[in-house]
Amino acid sequence: MASNKKYWKSVEELNENSSIVESLQQNEFVEPIPTDEFLGDQETLESSSTSRRDFLKYVGFTTAAASLAACEGPVIKSIPYVVAPDEIVPGVANYYASSIADGFDFANVLVKTREGRPIKIERNDLSTFGGSVNARVHASVLSMYDTKRLQGPTVGGEDVSWEEFDIAVSQKMEAMAGKDVVLLTQTFASPSTSQLIADFTAKYPNVRHVIYDTVSSSEALDAFEAKFGTRGLADYDFSKAKVIVSVGADFIGDWQGGGYEASYAQGRIPKNGKMSKHIQFEANMTLSGANADVRVPATPSQQMEILKALTGGSASGLPENIAEAVNKAKAQLKKAGSNGVVITGLPNVAAQTMALDCNEGSEVMDTEKPRMTAMGNTADVANVMNGVANGSVKGMITVGVNPVYSFPSAAFAEGYQNLEMSLAFAMKADETASLAQMVAATPHYLEAWGDVQMKKGSFSITQPTIRPLFNTRQFQDALLKWTDNPSSYYDYIKETWTPVLAGSGTSFNKAVQDGVFESDAEVAAEATANTETSTSNGALLTTAQSGYQLTLYTKTAMGDGQQANNPWLQEMPDPISRASWDNYITVSAADAAELGLENYNVANGALNGSYVNVTMGDVVIEKVPVLIQPGQAKGSVGLALGYGRTDAVQSEMQTGVNAYALYNNFSTVQNVQLEKVSGTHEFACIQLHNTMMGRDIIRETTLEIFNTKDVHDWNPVPEVSKDHIEIPVTSPDADLWDEFDRSIGHHFNLSIDLNACTGCGACVIACHAENNVPVVGKTEVRRSRDMHWLRIDRYYSSEASFDADNEKKENISGLGSSLSEFAEMEVASANPQVAFQPVMCQHCNHAPCETVCPVAATSHGRQGQNHMAYNRCVGTRYCANNCPYKVRRFNWFLYAENEEFDYNMNNDLGRMVLNPDVVVRSRGVMEKCSMCIQMTQKTILDAKRDGRAIKDGEFKTACSAACETGAIKFGDVNDHDSEIFEMTKDKRMYHLLEAVGTKPNVMYQAKVRNTNEA
Amino acid sequence: MRAKLMDNNITDFMEKVSYRNLPSQLSLVLLAFLLTFSIAQSTYATTTVLPTQAIDTAAGEALFKANCAACHKLYKKATGPLLYEVGDKYDREWLYTWIRNSTEMVKSGDAQAVAIYEEYNGAVMTAFPQLTNEDIDNIIAYTYTEKKAPPVPAGGDLTTAPPNDGLSNNIILSILALVFFMLVIMLFLVNKTLRRFAEAQGVTIEERPKRMPLWKAFAENQFLMLVSSIFLLLAAGYFAYGWMMQVGVDEGYAPVQPIHYSHRIHAGDNQIDCNYCHSSARKSKHSGIPSLNVCMNCHKNIGEVAAETQLEGEQEFGVDYNAEIQKLYAAVGWDEENQVYTGDTAPVKWVRLHNLPDFAYFNHSQHVTVAGVECQTCHGPVEEMEIMYQYSPLTMGWCINCHRETNVKVADNEYYEKIHEELSKKYGVDKLTAAQMGGLECGKCHY
Repeated sequence: MASNKKYWKSVEELNENSSIVESLQQNEFVEPIPTDEFLGDQETLESSSTSRRDFLKYVGFTTAAASLAACEGPVIKSIPYVVAPDEIVPGVANYYASSIADGFDFANVLVKTREGRPIKIERNDLSTFGGSVNARVHASVLSMYDTKRLQGPTVGGEDVSWEEFDIAVSQKMEAMAGKDVVLLTQTFASPSTSQLIADFTAKYPNVRHVIYDTVSSSEALDAFEAKFGTRGLADYDFSKAKVIVSVGADFIGDWQGGGYEASYAQGRIPKNGKMSKHIQFEANMTLSGANADVRVPATPSQQMEILKALTGGSASGLPENIAEAVNKAKAQLKKAGSNGVVITGLPNVAAQTMALDCNEGSEVMDTEKPRMTAMGNTADVANVMNGVANGSVKGMITVGVNPVYSFPSAAFAEGYQNLEMSLAFAMKADETASLAQMVAATPHYLEAWGDVQMKKGSFSITQPTIRPLFNTRQFQDALLKWTDNPSSYYDYIKETWTPVLAGSGTSFNKAVQDGVFESDAEVAAEATANTETSTSNGALLTTAQSGYQLTLYTKTAMGDGQQANNPWLQEMPDPISRASWDNYITVSAADAAELGLENYNVANGALNGSYVNVTMGDVVIEKVPVLIQPGQAKGSVGLALGYGRTDAVQSEMQTGVNAYALYNNFSTVQNVQLEKVSGTHEFACIQLHNTMMGRDIIRETTLEIFNTKDVHDWNPVPEVSKDHIEIPVTSPDADLWDEFDRSIGHHFNLSIDLNACTGCGACVIACHAENNVPVVGKTEVRRSRDMHWLRIDRYYSSEASFDADNEKKENISGLGSSLSEFAEMEVASANPQVAFQPVMCQHCNHAPCETVCPVAATSHGRQGQNHMAYNRCVGTRYCANNCPYKVRRFNWFLYAENEEFDYNMNNDLGRMVLNPDVVVRSRGVMEKCSMCIQMTQKTILDAKRDGRAIKDGEFKTACSAACETGAIKFGDVNDHDSEIFEMTKDKRMYHLLEAVGTKPNVMYQAKVRNTNEA
Repeated sequence: MRAKLMDNNITDFMEKVSYRNLPSQLSLVLLAFLLTFSIAQSTYATTTVLPTQAIDTAAGEALFKANCAACHKLYKKATGPLLYEVGDKYDREWLYTWIRNSTEMVKSGDAQAVAIYEEYNGAVMTAFPQLTNEDIDNIIAYTYTEKKAPPVPAGGDLTTAPPNDGLSNNIILSILALVFFMLVIMLFLVNKTLRRFAEAQGVTIEERPKRMPLWKAFAENQFLMLVSSIFLLLAAGYFAYGWMMQVGVDEGYAPVQPIHYSHRIHAGDNQIDCNYCHSSARKSKHSGIPSLNVCMNCHKNIGEVAAETQLEGEQEFGVDYNAEIQKLYAAVGWDEENQVYTGDTAPVKWVRLHNLPDFAYFNHSQHVTVAGVECQTCHGPVEEMEIMYQYSPLTMGWCINCHRETNVKVADNEYYEKIHEELSKKYGVDKLTAAQMGGLECGKCHY
C-alpha cells in the first residue's frame, strides 16, 4: 500500500522554478566527490610503485600466510626443576604466616604462594593483635611486583655492587664524624631493629635516630606517655562497649593505626536485643560517622568544645542541636558506666588527655598493653625538618619514609639536596630517593625477615615468601654489616628469640610457622632521644575568623601514599564518595552554594566538579577538585593525604594533589581559604544515584522496633496478587518456573550482615586478587566500565533518616507532588544517614540472565552457583541488560597485555600476581562473581581425596575470608548444622529486590540502628 | 632365451611368444631375491648364546645383583669402587672381614680400610654378616667375568645384506610395478596383432554407432546435475567440517624432545609406576614433569643401558640410549667420573604434549586419586610408547562422553556417602555416573 503522501524536505520545494531543487534532484551528492582531484593527479598515481596487480598479490599472499600460520599450533615448552624443593608441588598453594609493618599498616597475614610466587594476602586467624588486614594490606602483594622498584643500590646515580656501596657508606660516615647526622625512620616496632639501631648509633655517636610517622599520632602518644609513663597508644576493645562517643576519631578508618572494625562490629550485631550505641561528632563524613547511630557534624573547633563538655564542662557555648546531642551523649555515657568510651582524633595533647582521663576505669580501653605501632614525635621531626632546611643538619639517612614528598616544608627539598650526606633506604626511586646521593634498594616485606612488637607483649614474625626479586638488602642487614656483625638478620632474630621462646615452652620454628607469639620478655625500646612534648596546639583552638577549617584525612584505599603506584588501590572507590583515582576537597552543600562550587553529572552519568585554590598562609595548592559531601560540617572542608605523588609512579597513577603541603606542624586540622577557579574536573565516581528514594534496597529498622514489633512490620516478605489475593512472592504459586530439586549435595549461600559491614572495602581488593579482576583506568571508570565483581553501594538518606524517606514516599500523591518530591528525594540530606551494601552476583535460582543468553554461556549449577563460561560467551550483553542487580561486567577491551591499559596485567612482573586457577578473560566477554567456584571446588576435592565429609566453616569465598568484621558469611545451606543455615532463618534476613522473584542465593541481614535514648 | 634362438625371419606371432616368457624369468629372479633375504634374516635371528661359566660364578652373579649392584659396578666406579678382579687387589681374608663389617675395620685403623673410607668421603659400606665365605668366593669369582663385547659388530660376513626392511620393500614394489607395466604393454600388443590379423583376413570390425559422450549427456540432464551438485556440496561440506573440527586437535602429536626418553623402557620393560615420576598427579591438578633429581634417583647408578637395549635402540629407533643418559648428566650437572654434582645445570626444555586451553580446568588428582582412573585411560598404552604421543583428542566431547559413561567411585569415601544415597534414590539407580553427580555443569571446568 504505497502512500501517496508527498514529503517536503524544505520550503524551497514550494518554489517550482527553484534551481536548488532542480540541481538536488539531479545530483545524489550535494558536493561533487573529488575523484578527479585524485585520479587527475598523474604524478601521484605514477609515483606510486604499487600496481593493482602487486596489491592483489600482497593481499593473496598475506591471507594465505595468515591462514597457514593459523593451522600450525604453537610449540609450548615445559621446564621442570632440576632439583625440586620438597615443599613445592606444582598446582598446590602453600601458605606462610608473615607480618606487614610498613610504618602505616601493621597486621598479621597469611601469604598464599603458588609455585613459589606470593599471589594473595589473607588474614592470620592466630593474630592476637587487633590490627586489621585492610584493603591496603590485601593490595600490598601487588606492590611487590611493581615495575618501578629499585633493582639495586646506587651511589651518585650510578649502579654499584653492595660491596662498593658499603665502602662508599663507610667512607662517608667517617668523613661525617662529629657532624650532625639524622637517621630518620618509620616506626618499626621491632625489638631487634631497635637494638641494631642502638648498636649503630653507638658506633657512630654523631648519628641521632628520629622516628617519623608520615601521618602522626604524636599528640595521643604524648598524652599517653604523660599519663602512663610509656610511649604507646591505648588499645580499645569496642566489643565490650555499650556506648561509644567519638569526637573526630575515625576509628573504623585509620585513627591511631586503625583496625578496630572487628571488635566494633561484634558489638553492633544485635544479640539478646542489645547492641552498642555509637555517637559520632565529626567534620568530614568518615566511615565511622557513616556507621554511627547518631552523627553530628561539627567543625574541629566545635569538637574541642564538645570534648570539654563531654568530660565535665558545659555545652552552653555550642549551637543548640550540638548541645542537645552532647547532653544526650553525656547521659548515655553515664548510664553505660564502665562500658562507655570516649575517643578523639583531635591533634591536641590536651584533648587526648581529656579522653584518656574520661576513659579511666573503662573496660573498653586497655592501657596495660598499649599499641606500639606509632612512635614518632612531631617536635623532633619538625626540628629535623627545619635543621635540614637551615643547614644545621649535615647528613641524613632515611628508612621507609619519604620526607621530600611528605614534609610540609618547601625549603626542605632544597636543604636536602645541599646535605653533605644523604642516604635513602627505599623500595622505589621516590621523591626522596631520587634526590639522595646514595640509595640502598630495600626488599618488599614479602621478601624480608623481621620481628615486630605491634602491641606490648604481642609479637609477630615477618618471613620472606619469595627470594628477593632484585638485588636488594634490607635495612637491618645493612646495619649488621656496618656495625661489623657477621651474622645475617635472620640469624640475629633467631638468636634473639630462641632462648626466650624456649623459656616459654615453644620454639622459634613454631613462632615462624604461626607468625605470632606472646611473650612478657623485656625488649629493647625504640631508641629515640626525645624529651620534648608536642606543641602543635595552635591552629586548632582559635576559631577561624574567615575561611574554613580543614581536616586532613587518609583514604581507605591510599593511606599515607606509599602504595600510590598500586593500580588496585587507585581504582578502588572511596567507600564514602565512591570516587576512584583522585583526592578532592570535600565541601558541604551550603558552603558550595556560597562559593558557587558545583557538582553535576554529564550525559553519560559521569561526575564533573569545580576547582578551588586552597590557601594556607603562603602555601597555595592550585586547582583542587571539589566534591560536595553530604554530612560535611558547614564551615569545614576535608582533603585526603597520600595523593599527588610524582616520582616512581607511573603517569597513569600520578593522581590528585599533594595535601602534605598543608600538614603544617604535622597537625590534621588547619585553617584554609578557598577560592573558586575556572575549569571543570572530571571525576571517576562509580555511583550515580546516591539515595534510595524510599525503595526497598537496604532494609533498616531501629533497635526498639526490632525488639518489640513483629517481623512482618519491619522485614516483610513482598507480596504479589494472585486471583486478587495477596500471596508472598516466595510462595510456589507466585512462581513462573518449575522449581529444581536443590536439596541434594551442596547448596551455597552467602549472607551479608548490614549491621556488621562497615564499608571498609577489604573484600573488594581480595576479590580482585583472587579472581584476576582487571584494572581499567580512570577514563573507563568514568564511563561506568569498572570491572569490580563486588561493589559496596553507599546510600544517603534524603531526609534526616531512611525512615523519613520511606514516609515521604508513602505520602506522595498526585502528579504535581510526585514530580517535585521525587526530584527532592534524589538529593542527599545535609546530614544524611548512610548505609553500605556490598553487592555481587546474587546467584539467583531463577536467574534472569540465564534465560536470555542466546548461546547458553551462563547457566545454573546444582550447587547454587550461576556459572559463566567465558569461552562460550559471544558478548551480546543481553544478560547484563536483564540483570536487576547490575552485577555483570563486560570486557570492553582486552585488559591484559594491552599497552592502552598499562597496569599490572601489562608487564611480566605484574602478571606474576595472577591466580593460576582463574582464567584471564579476553575482550568481548561478560564476567561476574563466580562465588569463588575455584575455592569451593578445591574444598570439595580436598575432602574427596581425604575421603571425609566437609565440616562447617571449610567453604569460603575470597570476600568472606577477607571480611574482618564477619559481615560476609558463606556456607552450605543443605548442611542444616551450619552457621549459614541459621542465617537463612534469622528474622533480619531478606533478599535484595525480592519482589522480582529471582530467588537469590545471596541474602542480607537487615540493618538495625540503635536510636534508644538514655 | 628361446627367443634368441629364433632366426631373423620371425613372425609377429613368434615375437609375441618371446615376450610371453619374460614374466616367468622375472619371477625367478624375484624368488631368488626373497630367499636371500629370508636367509639373511634368519641368520641374524640366531644370535650366539654366551658360553656358560662355572657354577659358582652363576651363584656369585645372583648374589652380586642382589647385594652389591646398588652401589658397585664391575667395570666402573659408582657409589663404591669398581669390583672387576677385586680378588687381586686385596687379600681374601681381608675381604671377608671387610664385607661382613667394614665399619669395625675402619675403627680399628686398618690402613687399607681407612684409605677406602677416605677416598669415598666417609661413605659407610653396608655390612653383610649373612654372607658366608663361600658366598663371597662366588661373588669374587663373578667379578672376574670379562666385559662383554657389545654384540653389534657380530656377524661381519653378513654385512652385505643390511636388514633394512624399508629398502627391500621398495625393491619388491618397484619390481611389481615393472611387471604390471609389462602386462599392459603386452595387452596392447595382443590387441594390435589381432586387429592386424583381422584386417589381413578381411574380417570387418563392426564400428559401434557414435553415441553422445557420457559427460555431455550428464551435462544435459538437469536433474542429474542438480542431484549431483547437491551431493557434491554436501560431501564437500562434510569433509570441510571434518577438516575444520580437527584444527587444534593434536591427537597423535609426538614432537621431538630434547632428550629421547623412552616410556617403553621405563614404564614398560622396567615397570616403574607412573606415579613414581609423576608424583604430583596424586595431589595436584598437574601431573608434573619430574624434576631431574627424580631421574637421578636411579640414573646415579645407571650410567649406561644393557648392551642388548643399546643395540635395539640403535637398530629400531636410531637412538643411542647411552648418549641420551649423558644428556641427562649434562643437564643435571653430574660428574660421572668423580660421582659428584658440579652445580653446573642446564634445565631441560621439554616440548609440552598435552596442551589444554587456559579456560578449561582439569585436575589430575580428582581423576587419579579420587576416581582411581588408570593413566592409560586417557594417555593410552604409554608402556609401549618409545616416544610419547598424545593418545586422546582432549576435546570437550571426549571429556563429556567419559563423564556420561563412567561411574563415580563412591566406595569407602565418606564424602560421597550422603550424596550417593540421596542421588541414587532420586535417579533410581545403584551406580551414579559423573554426569549425574554434576560432572557436566559448565562451571565445573570453566572458571
